[in-house]
Formats: sequence, C-alpha cells, structure tokens
Amino acid sequence: MTTALPLAVKEETNSGIWSWLTTVDHKKIGTMYGVSGVVFFIIAGFEALLIRTQLAVPNGTIIDADTYNQLFTMHALMMIFLGVMPMGAAFFNWLVPLMIGARDVAFPRLNAFSFWTFLSGALLLTSSWIFGDAPDVGWFAYAPLTEKAYTVGQAMDFYAVGLLLLGVASTVASLNFVVTIINMRAPGMSWFRMPVFVWMIFVVAWLLILSLPVLTIGLVQIYFDRNFDTNFFNPMGGGDPLLWQHLFWIFGHPEVYVLILPSMGIVSEVLPTFSRKPIFGYSAIVFAGLSIAVLGFAVWSHHMFTTGLGPVPSIVFSASTMAIGVPTGVKIFNWLATMWGGSIRFNSASMFSIGFLALFTIGGISGVMHASPPIDTQQQDTYFIVAHIHYVLFGGAVFGIFSGFYYWWPKFFGRFLDEKLGQIHFWLFFIGMNLTFFPMHFLGVQGMPRRIYRYDADLGWETWNIVATLGSYLLGVGMLVFLYAVWKAYKSEPDAPDNPWDAPTLEWATSSPPPEHDFDVVPVVEARDPLWYDRDNNITREKTKDEHIHLPPPSYYPLLISIGLLVGGIGMLTTLMISALGVLLVFYAIWGWVLEPTS
Amino acid sequence: MSEQAHSVTGIDSRKLLMWIFLASDCLFFGALISTYMIFKGNINNPPYPTDRIVNGEFFHGLLNIPLTSASTFVLLMSSVAMVLAVYGAQNNNLKMMKGWLISTIGLGIFFLLFQVYEFRHFLHEGLGISTNQFGASFYLMTGFHGVHVGIGVIILISLLFGTFRRNSLGPDTGFHIETAGLYWHFVDIVWIVIFTLVYLMPY
Repeated sequence: MTTALPLAVKEETNSGIWSWLTTVDHKKIGTMYGVSGVVFFIIAGFEALLIRTQLAVPNGTIIDADTYNQLFTMHALMMIFLGVMPMGAAFFNWLVPLMIGARDVAFPRLNAFSFWTFLSGALLLTSSWIFGDAPDVGWFAYAPLTEKAYTVGQAMDFYAVGLLLLGVASTVASLNFVVTIINMRAPGMSWFRMPVFVWMIFVVAWLLILSLPVLTIGLVQIYFDRNFDTNFFNPMGGGDPLLWQHLFWIFGHPEVYVLILPSMGIVSEVLPTFSRKPIFGYSAIVFAGLSIAVLGFAVWSHHMFTTGLGPVPSIVFSASTMAIGVPTGVKIFNWLATMWGGSIRFNSASMFSIGFLALFTIGGISGVMHASPPIDTQQQDTYFIVAHIHYVLFGGAVFGIFSGFYYWWPKFFGRFLDEKLGQIHFWLFFIGMNLTFFPMHFLGVQGMPRRIYRYDADLGWETWNIVATLGSYLLGVGMLVFLYAVWKAYKSEPDAPDNPWDAPTLEWATSSPPPEHDFDVVPVVEARDPLWYDRDNNITREKTKDEHIHLPPPSYYPLLISIGLLVGGIGMLTTLMISALGVLLVFYAIWGWVLEPTS
Repeated sequence: MSEQAHSVTGIDSRKLLMWIFLASDCLFFGALISTYMIFKGNINNPPYPTDRIVNGEFFHGLLNIPLTSASTFVLLMSSVAMVLAVYGAQNNNLKMMKGWLISTIGLGIFFLLFQVYEFRHFLHEGLGISTNQFGASFYLMTGFHGVHVGIGVIILISLLFGTFRRNSLGPDTGFHIETAGLYWHFVDIVWIVIFTLVYLMPY
C-alpha cells in the first residue's frame, strides 16, 4: 500500500461541511452524487413497497386511488432521475478522470454546478409530496392529462419545473465529460486504449446532450399550456397531444440507454478483472455502444405503436427497434466470451455482474417482442411491460451499479464492503427480483393492466400478485443488508491495498482512496490494460511525486448559481417576481465566477 | 480563466465546450421549429399571419415581410461585424476590435428592438400567445431566439468592459471573443432558418 504524499496547500479545507459545499473535486462530487442517489433510491423503493403491499391481495384497502397514482408516478420519476441517473453519475464522476489518467475533469467548477443543480431539481420535484400534490399521471405524463382541465393542482408544474432543472444539470455534466474525455487523457491513452466504461460514458453524455433539449421544449410547452393558456397539447384549442408523445420519447428512448450504458460499462470492467482475461472483442463492444447511440435516436415511436401511426412508420420503427437488438446482443456475447475459459473468481462484485448478464438478457428478449407492433398492441399497458422494464432497469442497470459498488468501494474509500454480507445481498436481490418481476409476465399475459390500484378477486391474478409482493419484500431486506455492509465498512479501519483485485485499469495505479490530486505522477499509457501490461513486462513505475501540482481552489459560486436557479424554479411555481430574484442571483454568481482567480 | 491548460487534441477545452453546446442547442431549436411546422397552416381563428379571406370576410395578414427582411439584414451584418472584431483581436488591433465589437452589440440591440416592436404590434392586432396555434408557436420560437440574442449581447458587452478595464488586449481576450463569436454566428444561422420558414414560406 503506497500512501499518497499529502498536499501542502489547502490541507485545512479538506473536511467539514464547508469543504463539501465549495468542493470542485470530482471525487467528492461523485460521493455526493452517490449519497443522494442511494437516498432517493431507497425512498423510491419504499414507494414501490407501498404499491406492492396495496396489490398483495384483491381489493386492497391500504391506499386510495389518488395516492396510488402519485406513488407509481413518483416511484418512476425518482428511480430514473433521482436514483439510477445520479448513481451512474457517481461512478462517472469518480472514475472517468481516474481511468483516463487525469487530475480532474475539464471544468471542475462546472462539475460542482451540475451536482448542486441536480440536487435543486431533486428537492423541488420531491417537495411536491410535502404539499400533497405530487405528479400523478405517470412518468411520461401523457397529454391532455397534464392540461389544467385534468390536473387541477400544481402537480404538473412541479413535474415540468423539476425536470427542467434536472435537465440543465445533466446537460452541463454531459458537456463537461465529453470535453474531459476528448481533451484530458493521459499521454498514450489513445481512443482505443480507453476502458470500455469510459467509452460508454462518452456515449451516454452524447445521448443526453442531444436528447435533453427536446424534453426541455416539451416541458416548457406543458408549463405554458398550464400557466399562459396556450394549447400546444390541448386538442380542444387546436393542439396535438401526440406532439408531446413524440417530444417526450425522442428524449425518453435515448434516456433508457442513458440508464443502462453506465452499468454496461461497469460490467465490462468487472468481468475481465474477475475472469483474469482481457475483455473479448474490445472494438466490437465499443462499436456496439456507438451504434446503440445512433440507433437509439431512431426508435422512439415504438412507444407509440397503439397511437395509430400508420403502416409505414410502424414498419420503420419496428425494424429499427429489432436492429438495435443486434449491437446489444453483440455485447452479451462479448461478455460471455470474456468469461469463457477464464479463471473466474466469484465474489459479490462478479456475481452482481453475472446476475446483470442473465437478467438483462431476459429483459432484452421481452423487449424485442415489443418491437413487433401487433404483439406490442396486445401488451401495451399491461404488467408484461412492467416486467420488461424492471428486468432491464432493475436486473440490468441496478445490478450493474451494485456490482460497481462492491468492486470500487475499496478504491473510493479504502475499505472493503463485507464479502459475506455482499453475497447475502446478491442472493436476496437475485431471488427477490425474479420473484417480484417474473410473475408480472404472466399477469400481463393474463390481461392485468398496469396502474390499477386494485383488482377483483375472481380474475385469477391473486397467486402471482402475492408472490410478487413477497419478492419485493426480499428486495427491501436485501437493501437493508447492503446498508449494514456500508455501515460496517464505514466503521472499519482502512485496509485496502492499491490494487486488491489485480485489475488492469489506471484507477488502481494510485492509492486507495486516491489523493486529492489523483496521481502523484501522471501515468504514461502503453497498452489497453495498462496495469496488466506493466505486470506482465515487469515494469515498475516511478512513484515520486510531481513537484508542482496545480489544483483549482474551492469555490462557492457553483452552489450560488444553483441556488439562484432553485429560487427561479420556486418562482415559476409561485409568482414570477421570485423568479426575477433568482435570475439576479444567477447573474451575480456568474459575475463572481468569471472574475474568480483559479490559480 | 485557464483552468484547463491541458488538451490532448490541441483544441482549447472551452472552445470545444462551446461547439458541443451548440450541437445541443441545434436540437433545442429543432424542437421549437418542429412545433411551429406541425401547427403551420392549422389555425381557425384570426388574426392570421398572412392575408386570408374567410367566409367572404377579408383579414389582413400580420407578417410584415419587408420590415423583417430589413431586421434580418441587420442581424446578418452583425455577423460581419463580429468577424471583423475577431480579426482585430487576433491581429492585436485593440481599436479595430473595440470598434467592431461595439458595432456588433449595436446591431444586435437593433434587432432586439425590432423584435420588441413586432411583438407589440402583433399584440396590438390581437395576437396573444394563447390566441391561436400560430401565436403560441411563433412567440415561443422567436421568443427563445430573442433570448439567445439577448444573452449574446450581454456576453459581448461584458467582453467589451473587460477591455476597458485593461486598455490593452489580455492574454485570453482574442480567444474569448472568438468563442463568443461562435455563439453569435450560430444564433444568426438559426434566425436564417426561422426567417425562411416563417416569413418566406407561404402559410
């Protein structure tokens, strides 16, 4: 274990609440994304448990219809925007600079701004619960339900303004990471030596950069419809509800790849390490990721087959949807071939990755079924769809994220998550997940619609509903086990070596946890798996620290701009005078930001 | 301002950020323009954008094409001024840079004033944002474009004040002006698309 030499400057600002509020360090920002992501993941999971409890037996009486509508809408919104996306952001904030051998991202203050704006949007959206007026029309908020005539309170204004703020945060973060990946790579870290995880984040960032502005316009139009009496989506006034569906899904379909690709990247790092083999077909995986990015923009209307698009668009979108299964399949086979013939170590990290492979494949197969319009028409709005999305999002994205937690925890915090607890956690999640979501395939085929808050006893749905509910409790227990493992690690002494797993990528070259400046010496990369290259060629790298490491000083202006945006958002929900105050604060903070010395 | 001296590609990270942001902005205006095109021709209550006879009654069109052509010309000339300001900055000619920067700002403000006049005129003729689909999509699209021009003007004014403080070209001034210029030209190009679709194509 090498201990990083302490930095002479700014040592005193390294702890305490003020250091977190003003930090521009990608590692601290990553931790804050992770903590918020896990907290919101737990809240959203609790919402799901309430839903499953209500549906456990026919004619459930625990929750009334209105609350139920709010629960399933907020469950989806929080899981997607406040749970899985920030947990993915936690990984890419922590890992991208480390993996490409950089000392930070290209724009450290902008990175802090992204996080604080994310938190502002998250608080604004979830505060709708406090006012008893949470969004209740489904996460994709189809018009005209979002119009004033149908949603009387302010629920949809919370939705529009909250997602606008979250969109700003994600766009800015994505711009930052694209520039970082293009421009901040260490000497020798050419494009095709980059870890697959970095490639996947590059793709995710582009997807967000090009899809979020479209959602932004849709949200602005919802806001105008509700507050300024326009009729963008109101058919009574000449508007077009389908316009919303198009705008939403042009964003919404790339968004599902935004959720899954970071996990695919994690799995592509974990499997080679624990198979003790380089990844099979590196370029095939990378190009599959890139083609997913391109095709991902050409499939959105498969969410809209039942709107009557007509035969030609249906055929085109059906074909493009089937086509996008090909690159995804390429990746699955690459991961399998990576494990093939490898000397596999089974532990919590690799088990979650293998679980990802199995469960994501099931979700992928049910997904390809929906590519066929006649089948989709049968399955639309049934539990079959609910089963599909949870296999790809829970079995896929969430399993990948937990695999990453077990894999990188020693690197992030210098402590291992308990292996035994990790395996208990894995089996609880794996069994619980299949018990919860596999029966939903049957329920869907039997005709149970999604988003109903109760059902009659004689429909033959009782057995699978109670099974699903019991499975969901197992997931809850699994989460408690994970939290206990985190607590245990937090209380333990840091004992993680630099490279405990004998992993090949650059983040394992520095100490665990990494020093504030990431690397004592900026690494020079000579091969795709740099640490394995060094190991196999008996190369020992110089460990003496660079003399002059320049790190940007902390700044409170990013937080200030985000507060300004939050005040602006609150104004959009109350009176526009408050928004004006927010805008003034934003201008003041930008002024200070520009004039602030950074060296 | 040099938080990012390091660059693998040789392109300054800040300029790269601007280029990628503009790619994102393309989709932003793409969505606004699509909305406008989807509702184009789909209105059934006055006022109408162009002259129209409904049930024997004649309605005057709102759009004043010669006037908007003039303001479009002004905006295009601001791009020329911007190019000359960048040229001045790159050739260390402070006086030239300041002069053309002031011209760009002036022309931008002139364009914005015209837009204010046009909006007021339309409101006076009875076209509110909720009157019909033309009003809603027109005001949203051109309004957001106006906001972009406004932000550009603010950026350029800030850069101009920066040179007053110093009375000489700072190490990064030319670079800042060039990057601001990218944004300015982009906003101009968007206007050419909007002008063509709204004013030149028959409604």
